[in-house]
Amino acid sequence: MGILDKHKIIEKNATLLLVLSLLVVSIGGLVQIVPLFYLENTIEDVEGMRPYTPLELTGRDIYVREGCYLCHSQMIRPLRDEVERYGHYSLAAESQYDYPFQWGSKRTGPDLARVGGRYSDEWQADHLRQPRDVVPESIMPSYRWLEEKVIDGKYVADSLKANAAFGRAPYSEEMIEMARADFRAQVDPDADTEGLQSRYGAAADWGGRDVNVRNFDGQPELTEADALIAYLQMLGTLVDFSTFIPDASR
Amino acid sequence: MARKPEKETKVVETTGHEWDGITELDNPMPRWWLWTFYLTIIWGIGYTIAYPAWPLLNGATPGLLGYSSRAEVAKDIAAVDAANAPLNDKIVSLDLATIAGDSEVGNYAISAGGAVFRTFCIQCHGSGAAGSAGYPNLRDDDWLWGGDIETIYTTISHGIRADEDEDTRLSEMPAFGDDYLSKVEIAQAAQFVLSLTGRATDATLVEGGAVVFEDNCSACHGSDGLGDKFVGAPNLADAIWLYGGDLETVTETITNSRGGVMPAWSAAGRLNEAQLRQVAVYVHELGGGE
Repeated sequence: MGILDKHKIIEKNATLLLVLSLLVVSIGGLVQIVPLFYLENTIEDVEGMRPYTPLELTGRDIYVREGCYLCHSQMIRPLRDEVERYGHYSLAAESQYDYPFQWGSKRTGPDLARVGGRYSDEWQADHLRQPRDVVPESIMPSYRWLEEKVIDGKYVADSLKANAAFGRAPYSEEMIEMARADFRAQVDPDADTEGLQSRYGAAADWGGRDVNVRNFDGQPELTEADALIAYLQMLGTLVDFSTFIPDASR
Repeated sequence: MARKPEKETKVVETTGHEWDGITELDNPMPRWWLWTFYLTIIWGIGYTIAYPAWPLLNGATPGLLGYSSRAEVAKDIAAVDAANAPLNDKIVSLDLATIAGDSEVGNYAISAGGAVFRTFCIQCHGSGAAGSAGYPNLRDDDWLWGGDIETIYTTISHGIRADEDEDTRLSEMPAFGDDYLSKVEIAQAAQFVLSLTGRATDATLVEGGAVVFEDNCSACHGSDGLGDKFVGAPNLADAIWLYGGDLETVTETITNSRGGVMPAWSAAGRLNEAQLRQVAVYVHELGGGE
């Protein structure tokens, strides 16, 4: 009785077939997925990467809500033309606090992984209000309601908690406790930002620079446009590539 | 039409199953199919040996070919950089003013600068460099900070009011609506500014405006409103307006002030020295360069 004849036993028992199929599929899955959790080079250690500030996190939520990812990717591939246009190719570490990540797969508009600091806040505000005012060829919709919607950060601490619980974001208890204060401080150039900077800025041990503190949308109220522009102006600026040495085996 | 004779049926073994007298033929797989299948298995094994594949403790097996997407892109960039190096070296070593006139590198600088411009600058200055409200037109001969090539180069490198660069161009117009001037004084000043281009609508306001302007505005814009490139104060006596020259916009400008921001393109590794020089040459050549 050859092994092929024993196969008949599996074929004749649907439950056994199901169990064994699951086993085979799981092995395939485990081999592909499990190493990502223990391999040291899956996510490199990079200087400067930090969890998003409460305002940036709110901006990110707006980015997801408005479906920006449908037209804009945040993933610069290691190809010459992309690196020359957008900047250094993206690292896994740069999206490690994104839950879910915003890599995207469709570029109707340009990649935004390193858009931070490329244009002025005023440009970002003008562009969100009416893209064709600044880029006549643009087909991006207008997002003029963002600058009209005042936000108060009521649930921002919960948002930090959720990202700490489900994502990889290492928000400390202090960060969660001070979330709403930090949220307001980041848009007020006259605010005392020592606490904000000590948690997220150069003084904190992320090894990066200070958080941008500005009135991002130029209006007196704290609006959704402030949060979104704060997020955009941070994108891709956290990691200091002048000190980054790529691991060649990737 | 005569029917083709039916092919002689080969005698094939059955699988031995039988249901109500129906049996199942056990035809072998076509040989070409089988061989293709075996070849893909061999190819798969070969591939995992040649390329990075199997996860080990610290990383995946590197593969015999030593392929790495990072090494690949570094190689591609290095190859193009090496090919352009003679021209770029010359652009960096030449005096900025002489690059455009140099037959060897002039055209290269302008077309490479155009590529840089189309990638990084058109979002604000427009694809034709004609700008829009709040974002200067680079084709005309009206320059806020100066239009000779050295000045253009400095502006591109260090930006305007750019936080990230200590040497950035800085000047700040006060928001005269914040306790500096009354509404009447602002209206007077606005009428005076319009009068510089012969468009004033209220002669009495212009009269008072002359005094307000002399006391508050002339330090930067000059007594005759011709501006001062040293502090980036625009000329108010020409027909070119960055934010708009109608009474409403001028009043708004005086009340809340203006201050555009341009990023410092030499900061954060955005553009290298050769690219900065190329795009300076390109902008200077657009038509308005001094």
